[in-house]
Amino acid sequence: MAEIRNYTMNFGPQHPAAHGVLRLVLELDGEVVQRADPHIGLLHRATEKLAETRTWVQSVPYMDRLDYVSMMCNEHAYCMAIEKLLQIDVPERAQYIRVMFDEITRILNHLLWLGAHALDVGAMTVFLYAFREREDLMDAYEAVSGARMHAAYYRPGGVYRDLPDSMPQYQANKFKNADAIKRLNENRSGSMLDFLEDFTNRFPRYVDEYETLLTDNRIWKQRLVDIGIVTPERAKALGFTGPMLRGSGIAWDLRKKQPYEVYDRMDFDIPVGTNGDSYDRYLVRIEEMRQSNRIVRQCIDWLRKNPGPVISPNHKVAPPSREAMKGNMEELIHHFKLFTEGIHVPEGECYAAVEHPKGEFGIYAMSDGANKPYRLKIRAPGFAHLAAMDEMSRGHMISDVVAIIGTMDIVFGEIDR
Amino acid sequence: MSTRIESLRDALTAQFGDKIRTASVELGELTIEVGADDYHDIALALRDHADTPFEQLIDLCGLDLSTHATRSSGARYAVVVHLMSIAANLRLRLRAFVSDEDFPVIASVNDVWPAANWFEREAFDLFGIMFAGHGDLRRLLTDYGFVGHPFRKDFPISGHVEMRYDPETKRVIYQPVTIAPREVTPRVVREENYGDVGHG
Repeated sequence: MAEIRNYTMNFGPQHPAAHGVLRLVLELDGEVVQRADPHIGLLHRATEKLAETRTWVQSVPYMDRLDYVSMMCNEHAYCMAIEKLLQIDVPERAQYIRVMFDEITRILNHLLWLGAHALDVGAMTVFLYAFREREDLMDAYEAVSGARMHAAYYRPGGVYRDLPDSMPQYQANKFKNADAIKRLNENRSGSMLDFLEDFTNRFPRYVDEYETLLTDNRIWKQRLVDIGIVTPERAKALGFTGPMLRGSGIAWDLRKKQPYEVYDRMDFDIPVGTNGDSYDRYLVRIEEMRQSNRIVRQCIDWLRKNPGPVISPNHKVAPPSREAMKGNMEELIHHFKLFTEGIHVPEGECYAAVEHPKGEFGIYAMSDGANKPYRLKIRAPGFAHLAAMDEMSRGHMISDVVAIIGTMDIVFGEIDR
Repeated sequence: MSTRIESLRDALTAQFGDKIRTASVELGELTIEVGADDYHDIALALRDHADTPFEQLIDLCGLDLSTHATRSSGARYAVVVHLMSIAANLRLRLRAFVSDEDFPVIASVNDVWPAANWFEREAFDLFGIMFAGHGDLRRLLTDYGFVGHPFRKDFPISGHVEMRYDPETKRVIYQPVTIAPREVTPRVVREENYGDVGHG
């Protein structure tokens, strides 16, 4: 009698390769996956419902907590939706700052993805390397907003404050002597833009390091090539966006096709895969990091030459400066009304989308004229990608499920919302 | 861009005629509203459209219009679909109103765009909108055994039940919520030009 080899296996929600709280019910025939049923919602915080009870500005920090590895991109889509409803313009300098931080965020996101993906597949070193670079970019986040992750830096009408003229310095302590501290502080002596420029000079070499470790690595290729193939037609039908769509060979990028902010003035290329497998998606994301680096450099150049306001002068939307608020009655009233009652967004609805590191991140906002949204729908790219888990993993081995979860770049903050 | 949107609106109004209740371009976005009965046919026609095939469903979500200040249609629930045409680089918002308030049912577009699968499950979970012909309409985001549809406007923000560990029975139990509802910032709708100079 043949041995019965059908199993139903529970994967997660406390599995280190589940990237958070994914519960996956796998139906197996031996080691081959017959059906994968993801159970999500373990991190569901009802952000959209909470937003209905908060003023428009109060929800900005909630956006950070959606996709908690690409914080500012989430804020960007949300602020763009409000600005579209209000029909207000963002100062040019703020647009450049937003583009620069979007690309920094993209590098941050892809570094975490690369490290975690490699760790899942069995390469330990890349994770440590990736986190070394993330540290520098986190410092840039901190310098500009005061928070390493949940920045709440983008506001409707611009960004909250201009770029700082100095970077925080390391202080001597009992673990490091003055010489070591001096070396650490070398690239922090100038402004934040100097610090970032130094980073962009170093970064392409770091990407080469990751590629040396992975791109031609035999084990890496054995684990990724021909795993989770998605044809261009299926990728479109399944609602894929971002690197998942480009990995299947469709040159679609909102930064090029439906440019927002100042992306139309930027010079960068869109990498596209050919086979639609996990390895192609890896190559696409690696190249995206290099292209993001290019965009950051262009933004630094422009920002150096062009000082100016960074937030809208319309005090119905953006708060007045502290000095003006303390010296002028009208500004005081504006400040008070803005922080107690909030922005009044005219009645209407709009959909604003950005090219988030993971795909198209959209905000569908509906206002009935009040100081709070009537309905807010967050379109998270990972949601559509994870929905295709069943189709992508069918016929693969259990160990490939981990590689497929890795290649999707899943973060539960945005999927569960 | 806006002219392309307007010509798309005119083309779609000409093609579908009375099936489209309203077609409007606002803020550079085209919204077409259809009845629940024509929803599936129009979705299929839009996907296979000759000039602007909307091959991608970007987003699908439910709406509860019960407390909206200026509710245009009588229907309480609506389904809003955001479509994208990669070939023509155009977006479209398709809205279908669900007439029955007690048992809202609408056709599923899961067979038109496979991407609709989870989005419809989510809308069912959060709003209780039934999608006929979906095939696997289970709850998606809420807890196993959850009662109610939390994104409906009559569902309180703090919910109905809370969960805690009960040391007596030595298990996790549900009990009615103990949080008192409160509103920190009241919801206000101001008249137009409120607060402008010379307006008080």
